[in-house]
This record gives sequence, structure tokens and C-alpha cells, in this order.
Amino acid sequence: MEVKIIPAPPTAPPISAQAISSELEVRIRKRFSNPQGSFNLNVHFRALAGFTIVFGASGAGKTTLLDCIAGLTDPDDGRVAVGGEDLYDSEKKQNVTAWKRRIGYVHQDLALFPHLTAEENVAYGLHTLSAAERQTRSREMLGLFRIGHLRDRRPAQISGGERQRVALARALVTEPRALLLDEPLAALDRPTKSSLVGDLRRWNQSHRVPILFVTHNGEEVFALGDEVIMLDGGRIVAQGQPHEVMRVPRLETIARLSGFENIFNATVVALHEDRGTMTCQLGKGGVELETPLVRADVGSRLRVGVRAGDLLLATESPRGLSARNVLPGTILRLEQRDVIISTTVDCSGTEFEVHLTLAARDSLQLEPGKSVWVVAKTHSCHLMGM
Amino acid sequence: MNWEAFWLTVRLAAIVSTLLIAIGIPIAYWLTYSRWRCKFLVEAAVALPIVLPPTVLGFYVLVALGSRSPLGRWWESLTGHTLAFTFEGLVIGSLLYSLPFAVQPFVTSFGAVDSSLLRASASLGHSPAQTFRRIVLPLSKAGLVTGFALSFAHTLGEFGVVLMVGGNIPGVTRTISIDIYDQVQTANYSSANETALVLLIISFVVLSTVYSLNRRPWVAGPWR
Repeated sequence: MEVKIIPAPPTAPPISAQAISSELEVRIRKRFSNPQGSFNLNVHFRALAGFTIVFGASGAGKTTLLDCIAGLTDPDDGRVAVGGEDLYDSEKKQNVTAWKRRIGYVHQDLALFPHLTAEENVAYGLHTLSAAERQTRSREMLGLFRIGHLRDRRPAQISGGERQRVALARALVTEPRALLLDEPLAALDRPTKSSLVGDLRRWNQSHRVPILFVTHNGEEVFALGDEVIMLDGGRIVAQGQPHEVMRVPRLETIARLSGFENIFNATVVALHEDRGTMTCQLGKGGVELETPLVRADVGSRLRVGVRAGDLLLATESPRGLSARNVLPGTILRLEQRDVIISTTVDCSGTEFEVHLTLAARDSLQLEPGKSVWVVAKTHSCHLMGM
Repeated sequence: MNWEAFWLTVRLAAIVSTLLIAIGIPIAYWLTYSRWRCKFLVEAAVALPIVLPPTVLGFYVLVALGSRSPLGRWWESLTGHTLAFTFEGLVIGSLLYSLPFAVQPFVTSFGAVDSSLLRASASLGHSPAQTFRRIVLPLSKAGLVTGFALSFAHTLGEFGVVLMVGGNIPGVTRTISIDIYDQVQTANYSSANETALVLLIISFVVLSTVYSLNRRPWVAGPWR
């Protein structure tokens, strides 16, 4: 279980020869403020053609990063280059103005022009072309994003998902050298999201440009990611494939973001090197969990994270299970969130959050006060540093 | 009803408010987007005619137009007569007098355009000037009409500046409000009443047009 944790590498990783033309190189330092205070954005990475997810909590510096790349904010120093061409270089005192950068940017609030129709919005960035060419290209793009029938409508007259499509089409039709997407799917329901992502991928196959996709939603990372850059407090805290970075988080901030509802302080009480596991005690004198073995000594303290969706509930003491952790407890409360039942179970002083379906709650007749057993596989227990 | 004075006034107001669109837009653009520290001084100067007594403004304009000032001398060498007590002089005085009534609605409407639209326009390859023409101006339509209408109505009713700069020359500088004053002076109340009523009705119609326009401005994000 090898995890790459790269704290802002001093030199960017090498790149393959054919990718040079469409790569985005970013090395930025920039002071920025958020409600929690003032931070230094300090990042260095290369993004190749395809999706790169920029993942982090709000206030991590994601939007500041995109603004610097787009030229809407000036970094304090550093370098931004796309396809080998410098857009910003503090040493060479070079700073290409935003409207000459040819970088597509779709902001969270979309910023469609309210006085223009969908087609006029899409054609807006094609002002250097002839009217006929403008129409051909924008209609083609409207077709690709399946909004051709809306072309004469104004933004106020179409739905949220359709507006998102118009905003994407408007950015893509200009054939940008890189695409920046700032939480473009945040407001959409799941089916709309996945169809939009499909369209975006299709476009990206024929236009091999880097797409920086900012999100604070862990699900989107798995759905999209070729590469994830994890941002926290203005720094890159991890970088790699989604499953490497997200499945085995070493940092608690990442764990919370990627959906670890249960995070406990734990102490190692026994090592079972022959079985590849160890026993950890949660909290002070609480329950014990069998977890995967890591290099640790008995008595050392660490954090254990378990996803609420990885836990099972049984109403009778289960037998003949491969799962090593079966903990008796009592249901404290049940809360419905969309189609998920979030159940809080008290296991001799330690509270677990377990996610169930509505059907599971009904068929097991779960209610507060009922005795249950919480079941967790050894490999659902993820260990993190303190 | 003195129709000569009426049409003179309407002509003056139309010329002044049209010129103010041309002059007011660059000033409002600068006031909206400039990051100069001392911008407030210019803002105060533009707003001065609102609080200044028209006689004070008129006095300074008269001095500036007279043959002792550089502007007055230049005009005199060009045309052979002074600007004071002419229709052109009246236009200049009225331009200054009504400037804030055009510029302030412009500034308000330019500033109300969502900055995310300006950012989007820049990332779509438009220069600030192109963005201004294609995004800010169309979205400020209501503000432009308001500024035009307010400066028109304001010029229609001006008195002090006209008297100071233009005097009271029939057919050249005698406007409606001066005509009303004259009629009252000669105890011609019914005629004064007639003219005053016309001015009242026109002003009311212009203002209701403005308010009906501003009832539903463009909705520029955040989307509801």
C-alpha cells in the first residue's frame, strides 16, 4: 500500500514528448485571503492533456489558482506556461493580458450574458471570425452539447443544467489551449452531471488540451479523474491517481473531504505480523478494531478512518462472516438524507455513523434504542497519521 | 403660451441631453473603473452642480465665456462674437448644469453589471473596450435612458444659469421658465399658468417614463 505524498515537488515530473504541445505548467506564489485568514498559495505542477482534478475544501486556494492561470489575478511571482508559451513569468517580467491568453474558463456562477441568446452567448468568443463562420461553429457546438433547440432562448429562460451546457459550449467553441472549470457541476443532479461529463470527455478526445477541474466533491474525483491534485491551505498536499490519493488518505483534511464520516483517535495495542493486521483501540478504553498492518509500534497513536458506506448493520449477532470486526451497539438516531439513512450507533462509548438504504431500514425495522451489531472489514479501516 | 420660448427650450434640452450621452459615457466609464486614489475629487466635482446655486454656476460660466477668459477669447477670434448671451453659451452652461444628472445614472448602471460577466468576456478574448461595448453598454440601457431623460427634464426647467449666461433675448436665450417669470412680473397670471402647466406635464411624463423603465432592469446573475 504505497501512497505518494508529494509536498509541492521542487522540480516538476518529466513529461512525454508528444504531450509537450498541450501541457500546462504552473508555478505560482500568491498571497490570498479567505474567511479563515490569509494564506500563501504556493504550487508547482504540470497538467497534461486530459482531466486533472484540483481537489480541496473551500478556502484552499482553488479559485485563486485558476484566476492566476486565466490572468484575472496576478501572482506574486512564478511562471504560467501553456504549450511551451509563457503567459506569465515574473523573472522575464512577462504577463500576457487575460483576453489574449486563449484559456477557457467556466466559473461556478457561469456568467452567461443575460441579454444574449444561447447562440449569441456561444458565438461571443468567435468575434474575430466572419458572421457565417461564427454561426457554423456555434451551431455545431450547440449540437454537440445537445442544446441546439435552445439557441434562441435567453439564459433566464432555460434550466440550470442547460445553462451549464451553454457556458461550457461558449468556452469550448473558442478552442482554448487549456480549460479551467471551477466547480461547473456543483448545482447539478447526478444524471445531468454524468451526461455533461460524457460530452466534455468526447470533446476532449478530439481536442487534446489540459482540463483543470476544480471541485470539493469527493465523488466527482472518482468519476472524472486521471490525475488529482490535492490542495490544502494553498499547498499541494498530495498528487496522483484518484484511488491512490482518495482511497488511502494520510491526512485528515483529505479524509473528511473524500467522505470518511468516521475518524477516530486510536492506539495500537497488538501487532499480528503473520496475518498482516493489527489491533487498535479507539479513544480511551473504547472498542477495538482490527486494521491493516502498518509500520507502527505497540502504544503508538494514530487515526483510523472508516467510510459510513463501508459499514454493515446486523440485528442479530452475525456468524460465519469474513469481516473481522463485529461490534455490539445501540442505535442512537436515524436521519434521512436524500435516499440515504444516516444511522448513529453507540458501541460502548464510541459512536459510528453507518449509511443504509431506505429499504434496509424498513426490512430490519431499525429505530432508536434497538440493539445492533456494526460490521467492518479490516481493509475498510484506513490508517492516517496524526 | 409663448411657443417661440417653448421650442427654444425643447431644442436646448434635446441638444444638451444628446451631447451629455457622448460626454457622460466616457466620464462615467472612468469613474466606474478607475482605481485612482483621488477619484473621489472628480466624483465630487461632477456632482457639484446638484448642490451649487445655479446663479453661482452661471456666474462662473459667464466669466469663463467672457472675452477676458482664454476660452472666450479663442471663441471670439474664431467667430467674431462672444459666447455670452448666445444660444451656444446657453448650451455650454446647461451641459455643466445637467452633467451629474446624466453621469450618475450611467455610473450606477455600469457599476451594477456583474463583474463575473466582465471576467467571462475577458477570458473569451474581448478587450476591456470591446467588453464595454458588447456587455456593459447593452446591460446599462435603462441607466442610459434614465440619464438622458433626467438631463432633458432638468435642462427644460433651468432658470438661474440661463438668466446669468443667456440673459433674456427672445428667440435666442429666452426659455420657458424665464418666460413664466416675465409673465408673472407683468401680472399676466393666466398665461403664466398655461405655460407652467405645460412644463409640469412634460416633466411628469418624462419622469414616469424613467421610473417605468427602471421597474424591471435586466436580471444579471446570480440566477434565481
